[in-house]
Amino acid sequence: MRNRLATKLLFELSQPDREGSRLPACDVPEQNIEDMLPTSAFATSPPELPELSEPDVVRHYTNLSTLNMSVDTHFYPLGSCTMKYNPKRNERLAALPGFSELHPFQPEETIQGMLQLLHELQQMLAEISGLPAVSLQPAAGAHGELTALMVAAAYFRDNNQRRTKVLAPDSAHGTNPASAAMAGFETIAIKSLPSGYVDMRDLHNKLDDQVGVLMITNPNTLGLFESEIGQIVNAVHERGGLVYLDGANMNAILGMTRPGDFGADMMHFNPHKTFSGPHGGGGPGAGPICVVDFLQPYLPVPNVVHDQDLYRLDFDRPKSIGQVRSFFGNVGVLVRAYAYIRTHGPDGLKQVAQNAVLNANYVLSRVRHILPVPQGNRCMHEFVATASQLKNDKGISAMDIAKRLLDFGFHAPTVYFPTTVAESMMIEPTETESRTTLDAFAETLFRITDEPSELLHEAPHSTWISRPNEVQAARHPVTRWKPAG
Amino acid sequence: MTYFFNTPQQQKEMCDAIGIQDVDELFSQIPAEIRLAEDLQLPAAMGELELTQHMTNLAARNYAAGQKICFLGAGSYDHFIPAAVDAIASRGEFYTSYTPYQPEVSQGNLQATFEYQSLICQLTGMEVSNASLYDGGSAVAEAVLMCLSATRRYSKVVAVGSVHPEYRQTTATYLQNLETELVTVPTPEGTVAPEQVAAVVDDTTACVLIQHPNFFGCLEEVEAIAQIAHDQGALLVQSFDPISLGLLKRPADLGADVAVAEGQSLGTPMQFGGPYLGILACREKFVRRMPGRIVGQTEDRRGRCCWVLTLQTREQHIRREKATSNICTNQGLFALRASVYLALMGPKGLSDTATLSMQKAHYAADCLWNTSRLGSAFARPFFKEFVVRDGNGQVQQLLNAASRQGILAGVSLGKWFPELSDCFLVTVTEKRTKSEIDQLATCLGSVNTPSEILHA
Repeated sequence: MRNRLATKLLFELSQPDREGSRLPACDVPEQNIEDMLPTSAFATSPPELPELSEPDVVRHYTNLSTLNMSVDTHFYPLGSCTMKYNPKRNERLAALPGFSELHPFQPEETIQGMLQLLHELQQMLAEISGLPAVSLQPAAGAHGELTALMVAAAYFRDNNQRRTKVLAPDSAHGTNPASAAMAGFETIAIKSLPSGYVDMRDLHNKLDDQVGVLMITNPNTLGLFESEIGQIVNAVHERGGLVYLDGANMNAILGMTRPGDFGADMMHFNPHKTFSGPHGGGGPGAGPICVVDFLQPYLPVPNVVHDQDLYRLDFDRPKSIGQVRSFFGNVGVLVRAYAYIRTHGPDGLKQVAQNAVLNANYVLSRVRHILPVPQGNRCMHEFVATASQLKNDKGISAMDIAKRLLDFGFHAPTVYFPTTVAESMMIEPTETESRTTLDAFAETLFRITDEPSELLHEAPHSTWISRPNEVQAARHPVTRWKPAG
Repeated sequence: MTYFFNTPQQQKEMCDAIGIQDVDELFSQIPAEIRLAEDLQLPAAMGELELTQHMTNLAARNYAAGQKICFLGAGSYDHFIPAAVDAIASRGEFYTSYTPYQPEVSQGNLQATFEYQSLICQLTGMEVSNASLYDGGSAVAEAVLMCLSATRRYSKVVAVGSVHPEYRQTTATYLQNLETELVTVPTPEGTVAPEQVAAVVDDTTACVLIQHPNFFGCLEEVEAIAQIAHDQGALLVQSFDPISLGLLKRPADLGADVAVAEGQSLGTPMQFGGPYLGILACREKFVRRMPGRIVGQTEDRRGRCCWVLTLQTREQHIRREKATSNICTNQGLFALRASVYLALMGPKGLSDTATLSMQKAHYAADCLWNTSRLGSAFARPFFKEFVVRDGNGQVQQLLNAASRQGILAGVSLGKWFPELSDCFLVTVTEKRTKSEIDQLATCLGSVNTPSEILHA
């Protein structure tokens, strides 16, 4: 039922002299533009954009939207991404002109409500993390990692310590080592045990006085809570290093335990995951960071302070690393996070964690006989199953299962990450799914794994396109439409 | 509770199926000594009605740009946003989806991103665009890092002082743990003198960073600066205003190798500074050094044209510490908004927006020069922003007084440029009317004694 006409490329739909907008006539005395700017500054022709009417544009994009799976339309158990329901109230509240139409450089007297909200959010994140100092500035989780590592580097520099290494488990998100490299550190991978936990012996072997930061995800990317986290943290602290918690998996532990309480010195939140900011087809997110007291002087400027009944932006931090982006931060995402936290309250946040963990364990218990979980039969908010046995017995890969799920109206789990598990399928149902959906998903997996392997190799069968040729795309990159001729 | 489905009875049944007594048993993985003994100290839960009232009250304690007359710019602009932009971006299929890891069920997002990349290339004249970065400031920093690796020159970057101070600050932050020196060429006359750039660019320089129109709204001699950079084997990074390209020459035509921008003007609300849209486009030869997602065209097994994420071997999830950047998302929803905006505007709409902004800015400047206390800081051609010098040197008082009269008159510059502490930046978009501009002039012209202002 794809509307093939409307979903042609914008450029193919273009017709000369069609207009999708009309600007008002100029109401000020007009000057000759050539008197305003040197002739050489002007383009010799108008920008080469398509010419379309508003109905053209609306029909084009509305039809394109129907070619996406989304949380509003489908179960989206994409492990590590926490694709939970995005409350509609948050959208309406964030769009209030009193939030959405504020210029970043307005006088503070004209934005007291905004600053109050951000100040309260700083305090709420400090409470949830157990880490007292907060910067709301980073634009995404990876940006939060980078910012915190820069904070750590500034701290070491200020204390005349030369620490050049960052340790991270081999199961860590790729952003961890990439962020470390951008902050000027060398990354060293710590092995994971077959059980999925950090290999303490390998950690001790690699810990030395050059190690600045250990980055750890807890619960880790296998969905396990590092039960030796106390020993891990102590070992790092004894050598003078700092512990960074990748907060990607906070959904599992909200109100149950706090990174600050288990010894983390720094962490980021992913409000677009944990606090339901919609993922927007790939962004925006936000990546606020929380740190221990002694790192506070190095946080980016500004943050929001409250004194003498006024909220204001504080730029007066001589040891700050500076800004890591322009303006205050991804405020639109932060407003949604605020709405989400206020909707849930302390009890509700705990129930988020409880339901997320219950749902994940329920799916695990239902599917483990066909998709075993090498790291055991209990998990936190997600688990990593393996299709290795199916691959050996029937030639069915994790990719085949992922693609076939699409035919049944389920988004695929994350596949082939983490790389420490062969044929991995990382399943994160989130707390906002019903048992009915989880049962249907499990039963679909039973059905798929009984199907002939040839059928699966060719899946998906019902989507608008079949599997794309990714090798061709990378070998001969075509990254834009080009005008003919 | 609000967004949970399973009733206590269902939870019990699920626990039975798992083989546990209760949900708490699942949390036994967490050592008892670090389990939180008490509830978090957070305000109690609110229903939708209460929350709406609470947050509406907070919003009411702010003055939205629509409630005051906004002449603020400096990188975030009050341009008009057509209703269709909001309508498209409000579709759940767009805003509640994620990175298109499964291209078969993400062709909508992938095609929209491919079109975004194409529109940015058309707009800038560049050969490739990525799928977007966080914002203008981090896009500039990423562009600089990209130039370090493209030239294999890691020791020096030259920035022109009229580049947005927060973009330069962000770049400095990104460079502070690397061995790269950031040399800033001052711009006391509002624009940079090419010979001053030539004096500091040498064969160890990775790139020259320039903004055009610059932070003060003035036009720079980009072609001359590009020549200086290229003569030394350095690259030129140009930060541009997307709206200005309705009238001005494209970055590629001026000799830029990398074009970066804050894309907020293209259909994204100001929302107190973010989320915005980082635009980054460059010459084809640098494509494998680009940071961020890129969408490419290919065919499916049935030979049908389709789109996928491509060139992923640059990226962190494959290359880890050797990746071109740590970024693992784009600003999909705002790239979409920019595309819808550009598609609605078309060549004529963008030209008209640029022309109206420029005409009105020049009218506003002429009105302000007619007041006794205000003057032009720089005698340079400008686009839609200009720097005003207050003869009384009382910028903050003047701006505060204007604000109380319902006018956000400008951005004071002393915070970033101590030598311009008697100056402020005024921005005029196509949304401002003659009557509003006249009010600005009347307002700023009437508060003319510091003592009056202090006691106002």
